Amino acid sequence: MAQEKFDCIIVGAGPAGLSAGYTLAKAGLSAVIIERGDYPGAKTVMGGILYSQAIGEIIPDFYKEAPLERPITEQRVMVLTGESSLQLGYKTKEFAQAPYNSFSVLRAQFDGWFAQKVDQAGVMVIPKTVVDTVLKENNRVVGIQTEQGETLYGDCVLACDGINSLLSQKAGLHQEWQPQDVALAVKEVLTLPKEKIQDRFNLENNQGCAIEFMGTISKGMTGIGFLYTNKESISLGIGCLLSDYQKSLIKPYDLIEEVKSHPAIKRFIDGAKTEEYLAHLIPEGGFYRLPPLYTDGMLVCGDAALLVNSIHREGSNLAMKSGVLAAQTVIEAKGRKDFSSKTLSSYKKRLQKSFVIQDLKKYRKMPQLLHTRNELFSRYPQLASEIAAELLRVDGRPKAEKEKKIIKKIFETHSLCGWGKMLFDFWRATR
Amino acid sequence: MKVEEKLFKTKFKADAHEHCHLKIKDREICLKCDTKPCTAFCPAQVYTWEKDKIIVGYENCLECGSCRIACPYYNIEWRYPRGGFGVQYRMG
Ligand SMILES: Cc1cc2nc3c(=O)[nH]c(=O)nc-3n(C[C@H](O)[C@H](O)[C@H](O)COP(=O)(O)OP(=O)(O)OC[C@H]3O[C@@H](n4cnc5c(N)ncnc54)[C@H](O)[C@@H]3O)c2cc1C
Ligand code: SF4
Ligand code: SF4
Repeated sequence: MAQEKFDCIIVGAGPAGLSAGYTLAKAGLSAVIIERGDYPGAKTVMGGILYSQAIGEIIPDFYKEAPLERPITEQRVMVLTGESSLQLGYKTKEFAQAPYNSFSVLRAQFDGWFAQKVDQAGVMVIPKTVVDTVLKENNRVVGIQTEQGETLYGDCVLACDGINSLLSQKAGLHQEWQPQDVALAVKEVLTLPKEKIQDRFNLENNQGCAIEFMGTISKGMTGIGFLYTNKESISLGIGCLLSDYQKSLIKPYDLIEEVKSHPAIKRFIDGAKTEEYLAHLIPEGGFYRLPPLYTDGMLVCGDAALLVNSIHREGSNLAMKSGVLAAQTVIEAKGRKDFSSKTLSSYKKRLQKSFVIQDLKKYRKMPQLLHTRNELFSRYPQLASEIAAELLRVDGRPKAEKEKKIIKKIFETHSLCGWGKMLFDFWRATR
Repeated sequence: MKVEEKLFKTKFKADAHEHCHLKIKDREICLKCDTKPCTAFCPAQVYTWEKDKIIVGYENCLECGSCRIACPYYNIEWRYPRGGFGVQYRMG
């Protein structure tokens, strides 16, 4: 690499880094993106639902050219217990038209396309290169060093290096994450002919369906599974808190096999062939665990800053938005010729004004609650399933007797006071 | 489907042994580690306990980072594989 100096060095060609790169290129700043993978997307994993709003703010016509799988027109939530399932769904034609609400995507393809757009806009993406550490002068970040020992200087460094952000740890911004700050997700992409997907999910031609599921299927661990339809494949996975895996000694690959054999899932993937097996961490800590977002000469974006709304399973959109806001901060700093933490602190203010921190703040109490209210993944789904079975089973017993039995079941789980407290806790956690 | 079969579906570009990116810092500590959680939570079954010793099958590592965070003794020295090496997702 040449010994030149850039306005900005971006580490990581995921949604955060690429969004920042694109925004800087359009403003005429000099920047470079360094990516450790053989190509952008070689190392990234997502469910994955891409939200149109976030990418549309950067490339408005993205849906005309990006490699997208299916526009999501139907969303379902399933509670899975033993052999049973309870379902809730929403379907609308509105999401089948431009500007669309969201799409299923395969990240290896999507990231490649996005990187090409960034390249065309004038910011080079250098692959196959691991950034080892940041360079500091007078306690200020002034550049990076690659694992090969090459150095590169810039007025500002953006750490867009994802959940394993070794860079911000090395810059001294925070310590290692705790096992309860992250979920370990495993995923399989299973190929299935188009017609079968359309049949099984009741979909019109190219439309898509997104299913999230929880329940005793995660074996008492705090976790959520997902099943998304692609053009000719299905993305299926489950993520549970790493701290729960650490304690339970459940093997993630065994868990995904159990998911695949649950009757409610099995009928969807019957005959489908596993094409790829993947694993990745997802930030789960929420608002209270956010690390410092900036220091002299450096900003942190996306997963590297734990910017994920785990309640709504949103991450790529927060990564994109934070990348754009970081770039705007760099543009402002360049205008002032000042990259001190004082100037860069406006990045945090920008995030606070946007949905990114506002949403994280709204759900700030949820991670802790999900932790302590472990019943959500054990007793409650079991209870819901038993109630449904009781209500729907036609067995000649009078309805009044059934009602009594249901009420008994409910109060075996918690007293009235206990239920009140549970509801109050959840209500308060979303205020 | 066994984990070996799953991993067979994923593409890897394995680096030479001298560039192994996962190292056990102190093997004595593993002897004292009760439940050896790395042998369970690692999604690629990189760690296996064989004859009183932890074996590290780094070639199958999916680079998720779990073992760096969840080894109770922080006994794993974790780096990224060299640029361009390691797992190569084709779908993601
Ligand atoms: C199983 C799963 C399902 C998900 N589902 C969804 C979903 O449906 N919708 C959604 O919006 N979000 C979802 N997310 C979250 C979403 O994937 C992330 O929030 C998003 O990818 C974060 O983007 P990022 O750019 O911050 O990081 P990443 O996408 O992780 O990109 C980081 C990049 O930096 C590179 N890198 C890291 N370190 C270095 C280094 N030292 N040198 C050079 N390069 C480096 C990596 O190779 C990588 O390409 C999901 C995540 C997972 C794991
Ligand atoms: S969890 Fe850590 S200490 Fe325990 S066996 Fe694995 S590497 Fe060794
Ligand atoms: S990084 Fe993940 S896949 Fe690789 S060894 Fe550690 S736990 Fe296993």
